[in-house]
Amino acid sequence: MTAVTSTAPAAAEGSRNLTRTLLLGLLVLAAALPFLVGKSGFISNFTFLQLSLMIVYAIAVLGLNLLTGFNGQISLGHGAFFAVGAYTAAILIEQFGVNYWLTLPAAAVLCFVIGYLFGLPALRLEGHYLALATFGLAIAVPQMLKYKHLEPLTNGVMGINLLKPDAPFGLPLSGDQWMYLVVLVVAVGMFWMARNLLNSRPGRAMVAIRDHTLAAGTMGIDTARYKATVFGISALYVGIAGALHAIIFEFVSPDSFRFELSIAILVGAVVGGVASLPGAVIGGIFVQFIEKYADAMTKKLTQAIHLPLELQPWTLYGITLIVLIYVMPGGIAGGLAALWARLRRPSPGG
Amino acid sequence: MTEMKRRTVIAGLGALAVTPVFAPAIAQKRYDDGASDTEIKIGNIMPYSGNASAYGVIGRTSEAVMKMVNDAGGLNGRKINFITYDDGYSPPKAVEMVRKLVEEDKVLLVFNPLGTPSNTAIQRYLNQRKVPQLFVATGASKWGNPRQFPWTMGWQPDYVTEGAIYAKHILSTKPDAKIGVLMQNDDYGKDYFNGFKQGLGAANERKIVQLSTYEVTDPTVDSQMIQLKNSGADVFFNITTPKFAAQAIKKAAEIAWKPVHYLNNVSSSFGSVLKPAGIENSQGIMVALYRKDANDPQWANSPDVVAWKAFMAKYMPNADMRDDGHNFGFSVAHTLLQTLKQAGNNLTRENVMKEAANLKGFESPLLLPGIKVNTSPTDFYPIQSVQLARVKGESFELFGDVLSNESTS
Repeated sequence: MTAVTSTAPAAAEGSRNLTRTLLLGLLVLAAALPFLVGKSGFISNFTFLQLSLMIVYAIAVLGLNLLTGFNGQISLGHGAFFAVGAYTAAILIEQFGVNYWLTLPAAAVLCFVIGYLFGLPALRLEGHYLALATFGLAIAVPQMLKYKHLEPLTNGVMGINLLKPDAPFGLPLSGDQWMYLVVLVVAVGMFWMARNLLNSRPGRAMVAIRDHTLAAGTMGIDTARYKATVFGISALYVGIAGALHAIIFEFVSPDSFRFELSIAILVGAVVGGVASLPGAVIGGIFVQFIEKYADAMTKKLTQAIHLPLELQPWTLYGITLIVLIYVMPGGIAGGLAALWARLRRPSPGG
Repeated sequence: MTEMKRRTVIAGLGALAVTPVFAPAIAQKRYDDGASDTEIKIGNIMPYSGNASAYGVIGRTSEAVMKMVNDAGGLNGRKINFITYDDGYSPPKAVEMVRKLVEEDKVLLVFNPLGTPSNTAIQRYLNQRKVPQLFVATGASKWGNPRQFPWTMGWQPDYVTEGAIYAKHILSTKPDAKIGVLMQNDDYGKDYFNGFKQGLGAANERKIVQLSTYEVTDPTVDSQMIQLKNSGADVFFNITTPKFAAQAIKKAAEIAWKPVHYLNNVSSSFGSVLKPAGIENSQGIMVALYRKDANDPQWANSPDVVAWKAFMAKYMPNADMRDDGHNFGFSVAHTLLQTLKQAGNNLTRENVMKEAANLKGFESPLLLPGIKVNTSPTDFYPIQSVQLARVKGESFELFGDVLSNESTS
């Protein structure tokens, strides 16, 4: 799993097996969760929805990690691909009665094509120029969704309501529990594919481009083509996350995908650990829970110490972010890896 | 008003909400989620943050009304547990918060969620779950459709009716009007605008020389106002929520554009609109009202205004009395209390909905004289009358008759 983290020490075979067993156990437990609680209501459907959202954001963060962490390109516009994926699913289900499973490949293909095409010219742009171009995309897409002549399809500013599918085969599960399983299975597949990609020749080429574009070019790697393709794959990941989001949340509107979403995905990637697969999971947790928690925490804090000034919900979030970046520049995953390495090999005198 | 007297008023108001303890033994107690022998759970979402946060006081007021009822012994002997969340006037957040209310907090009903976009986003879910979406704080015409959405009911006069009334007034007072319209670009704005066009009639639609729109996420409407002035319009129909309404009034004064100004009812607040925009800039603005301006001396002695003032003094002592949200919240909360009172010990969602559609001539506090709440199984529009008023000094001067539109679509 941690084969290509930038900070991965050469772990012993034994510990790798242990990690694998732990991971497998965790996945089995996660998958068994809906069956264990059934319809007892011990874990509410709302909680399952939140867990599903967390996994969906993890897929989106993973998509951005592939681009930023393993290929060295910055994007401030991935919320746009998320929106395209979500609307693809919503329009196909609502207007054309397509089965929800089929909307995932549809969103994937569409986002890959858009990402690839956007990537081609944009990739002549380096660093901050690319960041601005993608940021423009994030600003433009919600506006396009409100465009008058698209309204018959998108329903404009009011958005589209969907109905969550029920569990098939008469499984004793609620719609939310079933979709949680669907999201989990899709996520595992996406992570597995990402890992295999990174362990392959193209994956190594991606990292080579990140580390030294010029050197990679002289070794015969077609850097422009690679960069555009990675941009496409990254958009594909985020598009699938968007489609899943539409299905589980049962609602899309231009407001759901404002540029704040792009920032949230980027923050999740950086906080989790931008060049790490487990970091994407941590990023998903951060996007779904910490942001909302910070909002509530800020309120509680303001009330508790009777602050004379109105603390905005984002205040605490901002402070948390600054502290995290200073303490763990490699993200939480990087920080944990470093900590683990230090524990295993206590430095002399330490 | 002495402390003693105020207490009597509040006690009296509390007593209003308590029916005899001797309920007939035949009355079977029946409950759904959120109701029991001791408690009624009510869910609510409001924009406490974001561009429409001026409306947040409505939620705070409803909360305070429930506290008042609880202090007086509760409703039919049950304490009211009022749970309110912030949705930031954002539909996706509204969806998430309403799901939390229904699935985690297990409320009996969702009361007075605010805004057309948010209510549109949650309507399908609530109707599918058969959870009452009661007395929504939006006047879109679509909230009165019991056949398709039997679990959704509006409260205030609908926007289509109100828009048509302004149009008719323009036609009768200024037949050669050149009309400019500023509209929030969503279903709320379009609803008003459609009613307005209906009121004008197809032949007169060309009198609209300029339609400018804005998004609720926009920072200002300054450029739209300049556009409207440059169109040469001499009549202005202002379809905006409070923050933007105040901006528009202020900007009109800044650029010295002085049209005949009609402002939609949802921004008829001195506290959150006219005062921030400048009282002198607001003189002469016309608005359709259905509630008394409780600060207006002419109502000083009417019992509901006296009761409201006592309530405000005790439960919201630091609030801005000029903010119409307190007035709205107080009135709509009492319509809910009346509905629950009628439901008695049969607190199922179905029965709550049945009683909401069985309000007959109920005088919710602070409604204008002659305006009452009426519903039936086919009429889900509780309030359907308004009266025109104009801003004069620091209050509204009513003129003309109470205009009604008793539709039963």
